[in-house]
Amino acid sequence: MLRGGSWDREPSHGASLLRSGRSAPTRGAATGRVVHLIFFLCALVSIITTVGIVLSLLIESLGFFREVSVWEFLTGTRWSPILRPRSYGVLPLVSGTLLVAFLALAVAVPCGLGIAIYLSEYAPDRVRRTLKPILEVLAGVPTVVYGYFALTFVTPQLQNIPLPMFRDLLVFNALSAGIVMGVMIIPMVSSLSEDAMVAVPRSLRQAAYALGATRIEVALRVVVPAAVSGIVASFILAFSRAIGETMLVTIAAGATPRLTLNPLESIQTMTAYIVQLALGEAPHGSLEFQTIFAVGLLLFMLTLLMNVLGHLVVRRVREEY
Amino acid sequence: MTTADSAEMTGADTALKVRNLNAYYGAFRALKDVSFDIPRNKVTALIGPSGCGKSTLLRCFNRMNELIPGARIEGEVLFNDENVYHPAIDPTEVRYRIGMVFQKPNPFPKSIYDNVAFGLRINGYRGDYDEAVERSLRGAALWDEVKDRLHESGFALSGGQQQRLCIARALAVEPEIILMDEPASALDPIATLEIESLMRELIRDYTVVVVTHNMQQAARVSDKTAFLNMDEDRAGYLVETGDTHQIFTNPADERTEAYITGRFG
Repeated sequence: MLRGGSWDREPSHGASLLRSGRSAPTRGAATGRVVHLIFFLCALVSIITTVGIVLSLLIESLGFFREVSVWEFLTGTRWSPILRPRSYGVLPLVSGTLLVAFLALAVAVPCGLGIAIYLSEYAPDRVRRTLKPILEVLAGVPTVVYGYFALTFVTPQLQNIPLPMFRDLLVFNALSAGIVMGVMIIPMVSSLSEDAMVAVPRSLRQAAYALGATRIEVALRVVVPAAVSGIVASFILAFSRAIGETMLVTIAAGATPRLTLNPLESIQTMTAYIVQLALGEAPHGSLEFQTIFAVGLLLFMLTLLMNVLGHLVVRRVREEY
Repeated sequence: MTTADSAEMTGADTALKVRNLNAYYGAFRALKDVSFDIPRNKVTALIGPSGCGKSTLLRCFNRMNELIPGARIEGEVLFNDENVYHPAIDPTEVRYRIGMVFQKPNPFPKSIYDNVAFGLRINGYRGDYDEAVERSLRGAALWDEVKDRLHESGFALSGGQQQRLCIARALAVEPEIILMDEPASALDPIATLEIESLMRELIRDYTVVVVTHNMQQAARVSDKTAFLNMDEDRAGYLVETGDTHQIFTNPADERTEAYITGRFG
């Protein structure tokens, strides 16, 4: 032999592929089947978990909807499941959730997209290699830290703004929670958008430059349109994250369910309500306790709806390359 | 006829004058002291072995080369007797006036119409867009094939049609010169012949400079040929330029003869 050492599978030139000494299927096919099974089980775990969550939400909220009609739940404008007179209109929680989420998007979309355009179209390679990991650190900060940052730093700063509207700003308010949440989800928008933009072929940029386009025209008229499906996907993910974020809003946005679009007020989000009630003394199986499953189900469906909408939007506007 | 007149005559017949052009990528010298003239309303072919700097030279003409990180240029490229590398000159203006078609068809992921209208839009064209798009597509011999589906994606076209779409896109901004970097190398033989005959038509209104690997193509389409070679240090230099017929039948330099007869490259 030319090389030393031994082989599990000795090379024997000229021999038949159906080796006589060993039965091939025992090794190749059986190992293959086991590996296949292991990976399939990995996938199954997440599917089973999802199905389990949906089922438990459905079953528990069924009890709730026997007492309160779906219509009353979805259209009622007062949420007071514990204090009498009791009322189960979820709209104040929904408005609080959406208010904070849209404030967050108002911060994260322009900043994140700006960062993505800078990193993919302007930044020299060295800057990009330093800046990207720093941004990703921002994404790794625990949300409780962001919560106290909003409560103890951003809110006092906002109260110092010499405008009449900020003078009476409450300690707990949607604005500071929304702004800080926006900062928190910037890396999500910038990182995913930048990935999508970097993936746009260089040949498209060259074609635009060769027609006399400036750098910003190349970025806004060629790269962004070509990367739009990834960019919109990053917005949707960021929005879902904003809807589902719990700790930050529990700490900084308040615990006052209120149907309002005024960001200066104290509100309560769906997630913050779930935390509040789960930590409280509502007995298991009671109507109060079941409200958290109804709210949870609605939260789940809201995120699902966002994802479906996102897919539809993407399919309409995407430019395939 | 005065000397000034005859100088003007030469000026009018020359689209580009290349003077002592050196191109570098970092410390690597890609082109060494290239000087020659490119005649107006003719097809000029740049030929030479792989890596000799033909494409670099082509990209230097419209300042596309400086988009490559580390690229640097010395020397002059005179376009209407203005050096395109003069510090006061905006490179986007140079690229607007000297168009380019690339090796692989690279239409934008937009409709056929929007592909052609792109250059009009970014350069602030104020006129009839439909008419300009039609004129450009006719100029690229594509109109009859696409006139009923202008709003379909440019990607729905065949490779040869896509390349003609890219030519139409370049024509839309009415450049004076069209640079083509191996425009048919990704196409089948029939599409290649279509692009070649298109080049012959384009020189009624434009000047065409084409980089090609294909000797027969250079012989078929070009009026003038410039042969580039490279040294051991891989720096490209110009061996000779001349009428295509002369270069292919009676080259002045033995390296040219060796290359076109297929002894290297």
